[in-house]
Amino acid sequence: MLEVKNLHVTVGDKEILRGIDLKIDAGEVHAIMGPNGSGKSTLSYILSGRDGYEVTEGSITFKGQDLLAMSIDERANAGVFLAFQYPIEIPGVTTMNFLKTALNAQRKARGEEELDAVRFLKLVRSKAKPLNISDDMLKRALNVGFSGGEKKRAETLQMSLLEPQLAILDETDSGLDIDALKVVADGVNALRSPERSMIVITHYQRLLDYIVPDVVHVLSGGRIVKTGGKELAQELEQTGYAEFGADAA
Amino acid sequence: MVAIRETVQTVGEVEKYKYGFSTDIESDKAPLGLTEDTVRFISAKKNEPEWMLEWRLEAYRRWLTMEEPTWAKVEYPKIDFQDAYYYAAPKQTVAPKSLDEIDPKLLETYKKLGIPLIEQQMLAGIAVDAVFDSVSVVTTFKEKLKEVGVIFCPLSEAVRDHPDLVRKYLGSVVPTSDNFYATLNAAVFSEGSFVYIPEGVRCPMELSTYFRINERQTGQFERTLIIADKGSYVSYLEGCTAPQRDENQLHAAVVELVAHDDAEIKYSTVQNWYPGDEDGKGGIYNFVTKRGDCRGVNSKISWTQVETGSAITWKYPSCILRGDNSRGEFYSIAISNGHQQVDSGTKMIHLGKNTSSRIISKGISAGKSSNTYRGLVGVHRKAENVRNFTQCDSLLIGSHCSAHTVPYIESKNPGAILEHEATTSKISDEQLFYCRQRGMDEEEAVALIVNGFCRDVLQQLPMEFAVEAQKLVGISLEGSVG
Ligand SMILES: Nc1ncnc2c1ncn2[C@@H]1O[C@H](COP(=O)(O)OP(=O)(O)O)[C@@H](O)[C@H]1O
Ligand SMILES: [Mg+2]
Repeated sequence: MLEVKNLHVTVGDKEILRGIDLKIDAGEVHAIMGPNGSGKSTLSYILSGRDGYEVTEGSITFKGQDLLAMSIDERANAGVFLAFQYPIEIPGVTTMNFLKTALNAQRKARGEEELDAVRFLKLVRSKAKPLNISDDMLKRALNVGFSGGEKKRAETLQMSLLEPQLAILDETDSGLDIDALKVVADGVNALRSPERSMIVITHYQRLLDYIVPDVVHVLSGGRIVKTGGKELAQELEQTGYAEFGADAA
Repeated sequence: MVAIRETVQTVGEVEKYKYGFSTDIESDKAPLGLTEDTVRFISAKKNEPEWMLEWRLEAYRRWLTMEEPTWAKVEYPKIDFQDAYYYAAPKQTVAPKSLDEIDPKLLETYKKLGIPLIEQQMLAGIAVDAVFDSVSVVTTFKEKLKEVGVIFCPLSEAVRDHPDLVRKYLGSVVPTSDNFYATLNAAVFSEGSFVYIPEGVRCPMELSTYFRINERQTGQFERTLIIADKGSYVSYLEGCTAPQRDENQLHAAVVELVAHDDAEIKYSTVQNWYPGDEDGKGGIYNFVTKRGDCRGVNSKISWTQVETGSAITWKYPSCILRGDNSRGEFYSIAISNGHQQVDSGTKMIHLGKNTSSRIISKGISAGKSSNTYRGLVGVHRKAENVRNFTQCDSLLIGSHCSAHTVPYIESKNPGAILEHEATTSKISDEQLFYCRQRGMDEEEAVALIVNGFCRDVLQQLPMEFAVEAQKLVGISLEGSVG
């Protein structure tokens, strides 16, 4: 599904990722853990194509395609989804309208017929219900005045609606109390499937109690310094990042 | 339901004449330039009564003494008013015969707007029999309006059939001496709509007029007069389109609204005149005077405009709040892209007691355009308990455009409560990234964000127009990023 080889990334003249290798097969869930500033969000932005980051070395292939050659929306339409650490406010655009525009953009890109208002409403309600998202919330402008929990649930709703092939969750647990965390984790788990891969980025082990990963990587100082099974997350909970943190940026 | 009246000015034969292809239809058009004879010619062509001709001539003579206004923040080469045609009989003879002959770019725009084929053909000026369907539809509407006593007809028809009403109201809101362009319009106007809603009648349908300028080197001077008698209500929609032309064309319209006691007029415009090409060549000069008079107590006039077209827009739909407790509203979206220049806003003149007004202006500038909001809130010494709320938001796309906000306040009554809020923002890279990460291309993303920015105003539009306007917002910003 995804293969990252010797990836070096700079911002301005600062090297942030310093040789990342990562291979994720279909159906796998990989956790990426690491201290603040280790480059986790940078990796998610590179995968999704955000401007302002320069790849100085290395390659990324996604479903056999050169991901780095694709534009932001081409990647999205090929199935790359990023659940943002800090979701962006879109004033005046209802959550409903945003979702519809996004879904129909992706359907159009895939050569599928756009959904009309009635079919869309039915679909979105069926996806919103398990996330405790009311019609009222769908009528509010996306992320404007949303609580931390509402923002993360809205991100999860988008993911569930767009059904990506590769979902990247950047600190989806941050700012959530335990009940909200469970709702979001249930939503994410419901999306696990043999065709879908996930990268779960987190600072804390807590999230991984609910979304159990197949593989855990520790990112520190722009490199993957350790890879293991889900037990690695528990280990980290005990020892902290200190042993890796020496050269963390 | 919408009753549509279409006003077309086609002067293909003028062009033919100019290039020497045809001279035999010479008598159907006024000669080049503007003299007293031109005015007489127009009046004669319209079979106007003597009083109407006198009215025009007085305006013409006054116009000769006037100067073009220069205070707006727009720049353009001096207009040679003698190098334009002021009248040509509507003729379909040179209209394209089928959609194949229409500029595909224009058709593409219509398609994106979701305008049905039949209407695309109408807009493109195609003389097809199918259009007759619409003609008969219009007639049915006429019957229905007649039942309740609503008059909705071309102004020239009203001059003949309802002279008392026209004489009473024409020029009573925008006098012939008002300003350079309004005075010019008074002298040479040749088309426009007349609406009269009798006392106590709620107009049973939206009234709508489509204006378009079809041919070269022609000024368009339409004039609209709407009267809402006591306790009546009407919602009126005005749409405009113009094909692409290399040279600039002048559009100097006048709209007058009169609302008597307890009456309400809602006037909506979607203005999509040709804005000129990528290099700023061509496009319409849109110099328009629109004013509403809340003449009666408890009357209300509401202007909603979506301005996306024209090379230059100079337009300030205003309200005179004369009647006690009357209310004026102005909701505006003004989008400028490419080399467009917009100087638009409103005037709310509070004369009566307990009058209130609300101004919501959303200016979006992209490309190399310039977008100015210019507004005046005036409060008369004797106007007690006046309230105004003004909100002006500007959105910038890219770094080569500009936005300006020029709010004037002239309050002679210390008790007036006037609130003004203004913001300027840019579409952030973060917002674009977020939308594109969800699969939208850059243009879709911009259209979505801008529609969100304009939401308060779009919500004011009647449903039929809101959908069209939303699409138009996206179309007019194409090529504004990246
Ligand atoms: N746009 C940027 N400009 C400058 N420095 C940046 C930028 N983005 C990230 N960085 C720096 O790169 C490092 C990694 O940041 P980030 O990827 O956000 O880490 P994490 O998500 O693991 O906390 C940090 O030192 C951060 O300050
Ligand atoms: Mg981060």
